[in-house]
Amino acid sequence: MDIEPTFFDSPGAGGIVGQPLDRVDGRDKVTGKARYAAEFPLPGLVYGVLRTSEIAKGKITRIDTAAAVKEPGVIAIFTHENLPKLAKTPNTPEGKKAIGAPMGFLPLTGNEIHYANQPVAVVVADTFERATHAASLVKVSYEQAQPIASFLDPKAEIFDPQKVQDGKTDGHTRRGNPKSALAASPIQLKATYTHAINNHNPMEPGSTTAHWEAADRVTVYESTQGVTRTQQALSEMLGLPRDQVRVITKYIGGGFGCKGSCWPHTPLTVLAAKAIGRPVKLVLTRPQMFTSMGHREDQTQTLTLGATKEGKLTALIHEKTSTTSPWDNYAESNSKIIDLLYECPNFEATYQLARANVMTSTFMRAPGEAPGSFAIECSMDDLAAQLGMDPIQLRLLNYAEKDPSTGKPWSSKSLKQCYARGAELFGWSKRNPKAGATRDGKYLVGMGMATASYPVHNSQGTARVRLYADGHAVVQSGATDLGTGTYTVMTQVAADSLGLTVDKVRFELGDTRLPTAPNSGGSVAAGTVSSSIYMAAQDVWQKLTKLAVQDKRSPLYRAKPEEVTNEKGRLILKNDKSKGEDFAALMKRLELTDIEGTGNGKYGAGYESGMAASAADSGHKDDAGQHSMHSFGTHFCEVRVDPELGTVRVSRWVSVHAAGRILNAKTARSQIIGGSIFGIGSALMEQTVRDDHFARYTNASLADYHIPVNADIPEMTVEFIDEHDPYINAMGVKGIGEISMVGVAAAVANAVFHATGKRIRSLPITPEKVLNAGIAS
Amino acid sequence: MSDNFPPDQRGPAPEDGTRRSFMKQAGGILGLALAPPFISKAERLTALSRKVEGVSEMQLKVNGTVRTIRAEPRVTLLDALREHLDLTGSKKGCDLGQCGACTVLIDGRRVNSCLTLAVMAQGKEVTTIEGLAKNDELHPLQTAFIKHDGFQCGYCTSGQIMSGVACINEGHASSDDQCREWMSGNLCRCGAYPNIVAAVREVAGNKS
Ligand code: FES
Ligand code: FES
Repeated sequence: MDIEPTFFDSPGAGGIVGQPLDRVDGRDKVTGKARYAAEFPLPGLVYGVLRTSEIAKGKITRIDTAAAVKEPGVIAIFTHENLPKLAKTPNTPEGKKAIGAPMGFLPLTGNEIHYANQPVAVVVADTFERATHAASLVKVSYEQAQPIASFLDPKAEIFDPQKVQDGKTDGHTRRGNPKSALAASPIQLKATYTHAINNHNPMEPGSTTAHWEAADRVTVYESTQGVTRTQQALSEMLGLPRDQVRVITKYIGGGFGCKGSCWPHTPLTVLAAKAIGRPVKLVLTRPQMFTSMGHREDQTQTLTLGATKEGKLTALIHEKTSTTSPWDNYAESNSKIIDLLYECPNFEATYQLARANVMTSTFMRAPGEAPGSFAIECSMDDLAAQLGMDPIQLRLLNYAEKDPSTGKPWSSKSLKQCYARGAELFGWSKRNPKAGATRDGKYLVGMGMATASYPVHNSQGTARVRLYADGHAVVQSGATDLGTGTYTVMTQVAADSLGLTVDKVRFELGDTRLPTAPNSGGSVAAGTVSSSIYMAAQDVWQKLTKLAVQDKRSPLYRAKPEEVTNEKGRLILKNDKSKGEDFAALMKRLELTDIEGTGNGKYGAGYESGMAASAADSGHKDDAGQHSMHSFGTHFCEVRVDPELGTVRVSRWVSVHAAGRILNAKTARSQIIGGSIFGIGSALMEQTVRDDHFARYTNASLADYHIPVNADIPEMTVEFIDEHDPYINAMGVKGIGEISMVGVAAAVANAVFHATGKRIRSLPITPEKVLNAGIAS
Repeated sequence: MSDNFPPDQRGPAPEDGTRRSFMKQAGGILGLALAPPFISKAERLTALSRKVEGVSEMQLKVNGTVRTIRAEPRVTLLDALREHLDLTGSKKGCDLGQCGACTVLIDGRRVNSCLTLAVMAQGKEVTTIEGLAKNDELHPLQTAFIKHDGFQCGYCTSGQIMSGVACINEGHASSDDQCREWMSGNLCRCGAYPNIVAAVREVAGNKS
């Protein structure tokens, strides 16, 4: 295909795409029929349970399984002494890279203990209860060493990693001359922000069910955001060709990033199943979820901002220090959003790390953008307060018409409309500009807002469409549906692309046997998979067109293929719509029961979009790579602070976002609400507490690690600004999984500041921090 | 808010025979803890001294059908449903009574099935998400969850719906705030709360 078509001008536009269709998997989910990774009753299935380390650093001197093995029903116990060998482990940088592992260490490959709750044994028994009990009987003796708990530990050594995020982000970035610009600025604000450890805690714990169908062929039912990535990891570790490792994820109970990688429990389960010759299921316990699939790291960021007396930014200097594991240099890339959110000629960012006895942290919803936006959006609020300016006015004054970090034009940006609409819906004009001056009975009332932004990451994927002559279609792509609505929105896209109604389309996902799709993460799934499906449908239409113009009996016989288009399932002439025929009629006449097409959808600035290619073709040099691609939005928050108890309640919420084409108004609204609630959790209550001395966890449960409950959340208002972005992909979809959370913590903190006149820069904003800030009641 | 306190909803006491057969199975310590006063002191002591026997048969009445499983007395109702009866609609989010994903109805009352031993559910009516729809016809709350998009990943959903059904029957969904409060034992990490409230309130409204 020379010129890639796009959905924009296609006859499918204006159909079901964008409509608030009920989820196509809704019925399965409300009746309990949807099966998640731990819910496949395989014959002979047995249960694996992890035994984990009580200490955070040291060596196992002896591991005694004698008592445990004797328990009824116990089939095998694997420790570092008897774990079958893997072809590759992530314990070397090369191994880690080949496997795509999130952590450069696999437990049970030696006797060293590096972090609390590191797995030390896998116990397999015929029932879950027996495996659990036997695991408690394994006696582990340690030679204990003094662990390092975090970057704040006096024993910790802070170092310059040069690069963070597995080399994806530079540890140093600089534009202009920030130090001298800052020195020359009449206004200088310096503030330090701290963040507690956060854990993703999807409601479904990490789960693996491994079934070896032959000595060299395994099927794994896995709770993962990406079947392909899990397949890659396992095939490398097991030394099996990719096609001999099948990974299936039909439903996944949330992920938020922690299921975006293949973590140790997965290969351990697969190895155990192989060794005993029976299918094994292993489900992490909730406490184990805090130390098995990564977390958002504990971190501190200092942001120094220079501005003119009018409020124009002159310099931004960002420094982040955070905790990482003994092996990896992982840190969320907070600085990226700070680099591009506002027009500012001078910018600098540096990252520092310290190794501690913790597992490697990982991406968690809006990695980098969430904490980064907290820093910049609170500092902007401070600047507005200092200047006596309205916070939205200040943001408009510093509005970036181009991407400040690259100088490239935006592919689209509708942030001004987001501010305006958000302010209107929220009633921003009623806000008393003075902080600490609004009351409702005993409560201090505050209103805050913040900007959100999230990049369009490069990604590509494939899809297959099989169209049947009877008017049905099966559409496939090995994506996953985390609850984001993939099943539903892809059904809509396929229906419009094929000119069918949604009930005639079945979309299948979550299996490595299907065409490869990227991980559902980084907000790429909606754009990539929808574009792949759209392209696959075009492939079908091209094949049908070719058949029609060569068939004497077709009204389109001898038409030029480029003169033929399609509408509502009919092939027609572009300039004479009356001339044409249904695809079904054509296929039946040719005795074709079905026809298949495949498509490769590309997404992001790393690829030329269809529109760009056609523009280039017509002499314009305007390709996608010359654009900076981001979604933008705003959150508005009202809080009520109890001055006696220090409690903060969110009482009103408005989010307005612009993220390209919205594929389903209903599921999109839900996703924005969900991301906002996730952010409210991080703002007000979420913190995993690692003991300073022992580096162990004191609150690893859902009773002690608080996530928002229903009563914490008010009614929420969500709107989208219509955005037509022809550069990002064939569908014009930017994705909304992460932007929903960006800026949320800042909007809450800004509202708390407005309520109380006190700035709290430490997340979560718990009652004792509010009380310690010294608000007058 | 006086209406925030649950009415006494203890279900009808099980038949004595049922209780006794249950006692035999549960045996020992568990039996003692639950032993009703009408069992003689001697019998209670015997219970204490008896070793908890391993696998035994128990009968569970789930969604109107009596089913027999062979399991140890320490098996929770949740694991009995999921691992023995292949009723995987009830979810395990924590196994510690902290999330509500495992909520089922026992004699009409909502309970965390991960905190309930299967033996204790004998002789009672257990209703799970799989038993809520009448043949092909969804329960109104299931329909409302679809309409209001009361879920994303769906993992908390069975628990939310079972809890919602009970919440409505208890009369604890008569205002949005009351509904939020009484649905707060069911965590949803996807953050579907406003949509859950909309669904529960709609059905509660239709009912009253
Ligand atoms: S699984 Fe029972 S309350 Fe969480
Ligand atoms: S729908 Fe995912 S946890 Fe509630």
